[in-house]
Amino acid sequence: MTQLLASGHRMCAGCGDALAVKFALEGVKERCIVVSPTGCIEVSTTPYPESSWNVPWIHSLFDNAGAVAAGIEFGLKNLGKKGDTTVMVIAGDGATFDIGMQAMSGAFERGHDMVYVCVDNEAYMNTGIQRSGATPYDASTTTSPAGKVSFGNPRPKKNMPAIMADHGSPYVATTSIVYAKDAIRKVARAAEVKGPAYIQIHAPCCTGWKFETSKTVEVGRLAVETALWPMYEMVDGMIGKVKKIRDRRPVEEYLRMQGRFKHLFTMEGGDEEIARIQAIADWNAEHFGLE
Amino acid sequence: MKITHAAIVEPGTTLVNKTGGWRTFRPEYDYELCNGCGICETYCPESVIAKNGDRYIPDLDYCKGCGICANECPKGAITMILEGK
Amino acid sequence: MDRENMAVVDGAYAVAHAVKVCKPDVVAAYPITPQTNIVEHISHFIADGEMDDVSINVESEHSAMSLLVGAGSVGARAYSATASQGLVLMSEVLFNVSGMRLPIVMTVVNRAMSAPLSIWNDHQDSISQRDAGWIQLYAEDVQEAADMTAQAFRIAESRNVLLPVMVCMDGFILSHVYEPVVLLEDDLIDRFLRGYSPVAVLDPDDPKTFGAFADPNTYTEFRYLQEVAMRNAIPEIEDAANEFQEIFGRYQGGLIEEYMTEDAEILILAMGSIVGTIKEVIPGMRAKGVSVGLIKIRSFRPFPAEAIKKAVADAGMIVVLDKNISIGLGEGALFTETKSIICNSSIRTPVIGFMLGHGGRDIPKAKIEQIIMEASEVMKRGITVESRYADLKEELL
Repeated sequence: MTQLLASGHRMCAGCGDALAVKFALEGVKERCIVVSPTGCIEVSTTPYPESSWNVPWIHSLFDNAGAVAAGIEFGLKNLGKKGDTTVMVIAGDGATFDIGMQAMSGAFERGHDMVYVCVDNEAYMNTGIQRSGATPYDASTTTSPAGKVSFGNPRPKKNMPAIMADHGSPYVATTSIVYAKDAIRKVARAAEVKGPAYIQIHAPCCTGWKFETSKTVEVGRLAVETALWPMYEMVDGMIGKVKKIRDRRPVEEYLRMQGRFKHLFTMEGGDEEIARIQAIADWNAEHFGLE
Repeated sequence: MKITHAAIVEPGTTLVNKTGGWRTFRPEYDYELCNGCGICETYCPESVIAKNGDRYIPDLDYCKGCGICANECPKGAITMILEGK
Repeated sequence: MDRENMAVVDGAYAVAHAVKVCKPDVVAAYPITPQTNIVEHISHFIADGEMDDVSINVESEHSAMSLLVGAGSVGARAYSATASQGLVLMSEVLFNVSGMRLPIVMTVVNRAMSAPLSIWNDHQDSISQRDAGWIQLYAEDVQEAADMTAQAFRIAESRNVLLPVMVCMDGFILSHVYEPVVLLEDDLIDRFLRGYSPVAVLDPDDPKTFGAFADPNTYTEFRYLQEVAMRNAIPEIEDAANEFQEIFGRYQGGLIEEYMTEDAEILILAMGSIVGTIKEVIPGMRAKGVSVGLIKIRSFRPFPAEAIKKAVADAGMIVVLDKNISIGLGEGALFTETKSIICNSSIRTPVIGFMLGHGGRDIPKAKIEQIIMEASEVMKRGITVESRYADLKEELL
């Protein structure tokens, strides 16, 4: 693979985001302009006077990657310079699900020809592991910590792919850093499609989810195999191809690997909580036809 | 160093930062077991594993020693060795 | 004035027309009273084929300016317009635009800030953003608002400036008033504007990183270079006004304009449409024997310290009018800043400040006359109160 993201960046050893960026760039190669909002990816790759990016890249601010990308796309079009350049946002979940949602919504509603890759590590990792709209049910974060009277994050994960599909996006897909070819293929397809495409790529975070640096891919694989992270495509709003699960694992196997869920195995009532998480997985398996 | 207009930066310049200094463990290959599948190269977050001739060789200047390659290798051909040994 | 080229149009149309002939590559704005007519006129120009389809309807002011960051970064000439809440909503992006040295031009149709909610004119909005690193020019009348728009692109895009410019025009008072205006001629604009040639752009053929973060080792120097650019803007603003006069035949001032200031004992400093009212009052006061003149502040950022000091050096009293207030200091910004530039100089002229016109309160000529007479008294008796409201309604309190 070509190294479109140069080494020397400050991402943690074993960082899932680094894999996500690697595959996203592989999907579009050099003919792209990347927009990143504030987050782990942005901060660890662009400390002045250094930059890891071997493609044109701009930091947008935290809440407006969608708008800046729209401006790049619209500006290039009006200057007659768009050509085969893909305008691609590479953003974290915090900047996508929460603070940047308005700008992304506006860009998608207007139908700009762009790819929005959300690298989902399920919390505000850059600022120290705070809860975001992408944080799954019962995950412990610093602002939704497990405690004597708390099981962690009390809310389910916001369903961003459905929201973006309902904006009329011609192509929406979920993928994972575990399935490199799948991620690369989906980003490439998103780039090819005319209009705004949304890719949500699962990126396990050893620092935030609390597991050993070598387990990033292993943890990610269990997320998919338990159906907690369904892998699917939506073409013109309808669910298309999904990744089938041959032998669905019980959610415990996934939860047990991560420090952010360990309280579920020690607290009273933890079993009921695990059952609730299992129900989420069961719903995914049925809704997306994963089995 | 003179600062640049509007803090604009040249591409790929983090290469000056040799992150190899971070690690505690480094990957060592048993090339008898390695079947050249390339999974280590795919899953390296630093993109430091590349084929050199017919062997996969990690660039120890930048390898952070995360151990994903060793964990994912289907042949168990990679072992993480403590640095300094 | 060339009567053949004149048309009676509202302020919004005059500005929209100026934008049209300056041919921006991207226009992004979100509707807010009293700016709306500007963007509506632009949309009509496009719908009638008089302007390229460069305008985009965004979902907020913050996104409008963010979109222009993207457009400016690929080399597009970019324009927006807003007011009040919208300007302050995009505040973080204003700082970003200046730090990234993007020469974006924006019309700010000055409007009061909530709360209380008000759609009427004052300067609280643009004044509150005076530290963001944007050049700020204040228009006296509709003609100037249009002319300043063209000059703004020229100033912003000059290589040794490369800072964004806001052209401020009083909401309703200028935006919605009909005045006879010379609409900017296409061919003359092409002689006046030199074109935008950016230092660098986002381009896959020559990749660069924009917006890196700067740690304490370098941040100060980046901020310093913006200040240097502001200083470079001072001669550029004057050059732009002079060249505009050569090409278009009109001069409305460079950094400041002096009106009947020869041997004036009392000098009024003011900016925006109130200048027009003051110009109406001064000849009558002079005829009555009151020695008064006006310094119109055209450029508020960069603050024209040297020009002001030179102009007030021989006055007996300086009276500063402000359509804004710094709450907690109890003064308007023009007053505070005028005092500050004089403080360590050899100028010993006393300075007093009047705040007025907040929330669109009308400023009749009689109020200006009253202020001048009060200044006259203070000049004789000495300052007891530095800064006060000129139009506070005690009976409401």
